[in-house]
Amino acid sequence: MVNSTPAVDVRGLRVTRGGRPVLDGIDLVVERGSVTGLLGPSGCGKTTLLRSVVGVQRIEAGEVRVLGLPAGAPALRDRVGYVTQAPSVYADLSVLANLRYFAEVLGAPKADPERVLEEVGLREHAKDLVGQLSGGQRARVSLAAALLGAPELLVLDEPTVGLDPVLRQELWQLFHRLAAGGATLIVSSHVMDEAARCTALLLMREGRLLAHDTPQALLDATGAADIEAAFLALVAGEGAR
Amino acid sequence: MNPHRTLATARRVLLQLRSDPRTVAMLLLVPCLLIVLLKYAFDGRPEVFDSLGAPLLGIFPMIVMFLVTAVATLRERTTGTLERLLTMPLGRMDLLLGYALAFGLVALVQGVLAFGLTVGVLGLSVTGPSWALLAVAVADGLLGMALGLFVSAFAATEFQAVQFMPAFLLPQLLLCGLFTPRDTMADWLHAISDVLPLSYAVDAMNRITSQSGFSGALAVDLAVVLGCTLLALALGAATLRRRTA
Repeated sequence: MVNSTPAVDVRGLRVTRGGRPVLDGIDLVVERGSVTGLLGPSGCGKTTLLRSVVGVQRIEAGEVRVLGLPAGAPALRDRVGYVTQAPSVYADLSVLANLRYFAEVLGAPKADPERVLEEVGLREHAKDLVGQLSGGQRARVSLAAALLGAPELLVLDEPTVGLDPVLRQELWQLFHRLAAGGATLIVSSHVMDEAARCTALLLMREGRLLAHDTPQALLDATGAADIEAAFLALVAGEGAR
Repeated sequence: MNPHRTLATARRVLLQLRSDPRTVAMLLLVPCLLIVLLKYAFDGRPEVFDSLGAPLLGIFPMIVMFLVTAVATLRERTTGTLERLLTMPLGRMDLLLGYALAFGLVALVQGVLAFGLTVGVLGLSVTGPSWALLAVAVADGLLGMALGLFVSAFAATEFQAVQFMPAFLLPQLLLCGLFTPRDTMADWLHAISDVLPLSYAVDAMNRITSQSGFSGALAVDLAVVLGCTLLALALGAATLRRRTA
């Protein structure tokens, strides 16, 4: 389906929690087919922004449109995959039983659980109880559940945390394969060295967007050697204004 | 509502229970054990077992089901799977009815075991039809399940969920007419007991104990218990919010 509406369109998004602004006027557009990295220090509002995109966050002001519809619209519920920071799967079920249940809820094809297991490299653990897996394996089960039904938008909250470098590389290859297949991905991370693997970057700090550009353009604009230095230069530039 | 998703949820809840055989064993056996204790604690006064056996046959399963469902649904909230499910095309009633089906099946098996033991082995004799004991016992288990689903919305931790048992069920137990007839209570307590579902569960069991046949009043009591079950499920659905702070 050729569609010119952006994957995500956020205007003037404000979220407050306990009287304190968590997101303070966010505007952004995520193009379809991109792998957008959402980077920023812990506590800067990344998870809240992602929750707003998925439609589970109560928002104070602004508009969030996803695939041309208001975020959280019933018609989006089988088109958007969401992976929370903490693996949200049933520890007392096997890997396959988890995926079979979520596939039934989504109305995904019967063969989908096996397909996504293959994609996250957990086929040999299909029969294991999730509670007996390592933290990294559990995170991959949670990711696999979000891949069921081949969603058009994948919202991934720190999916590579705690994984070894080889696995991280494999997952990033998977993300780019999915994007090449037409999906859009938003991937949050507080590890700046993952930035180079994205086609677009959103840099956040204290509930506001510092920059939204390609990695190379950010480096060119700041004259920095890497994204971490570019981030620091942007923060320093903000303070000087 | 979607029957396919409701059944998938019920199947998933039962699969989860299967991986915890100790919980299943306790669910099924603890009410039976308590009834055996009741029988032999009043060994020298068999008339006490005959009068209390029926009400407690309803109350024990209710308490057990309440605790297990309250904790099970709270766990769904705290592990993030509830949030995940609510981002998916799963209706809130699909989820609750899925739970209700799975735990309702457990309540049925539990009721059959406790009933078989009480009437078949321990020889409880009632004036009314003994199959009605089974019907009311299963209805009481379902009520406990629905109340557990509902109160879990107000618990943030498992400590809190477990304490809803003394806070929510024990007052009902004191006011349900088990310890003293409800019409001998202070008027205001009697009025409160009139709106508590457990009162109707115990009234029903008392009617089966002392009256022959299946009276209209018994049918009304049973309908109130089932109505409260549906009400608690509907209230439980209302507490599930897709958007949270």
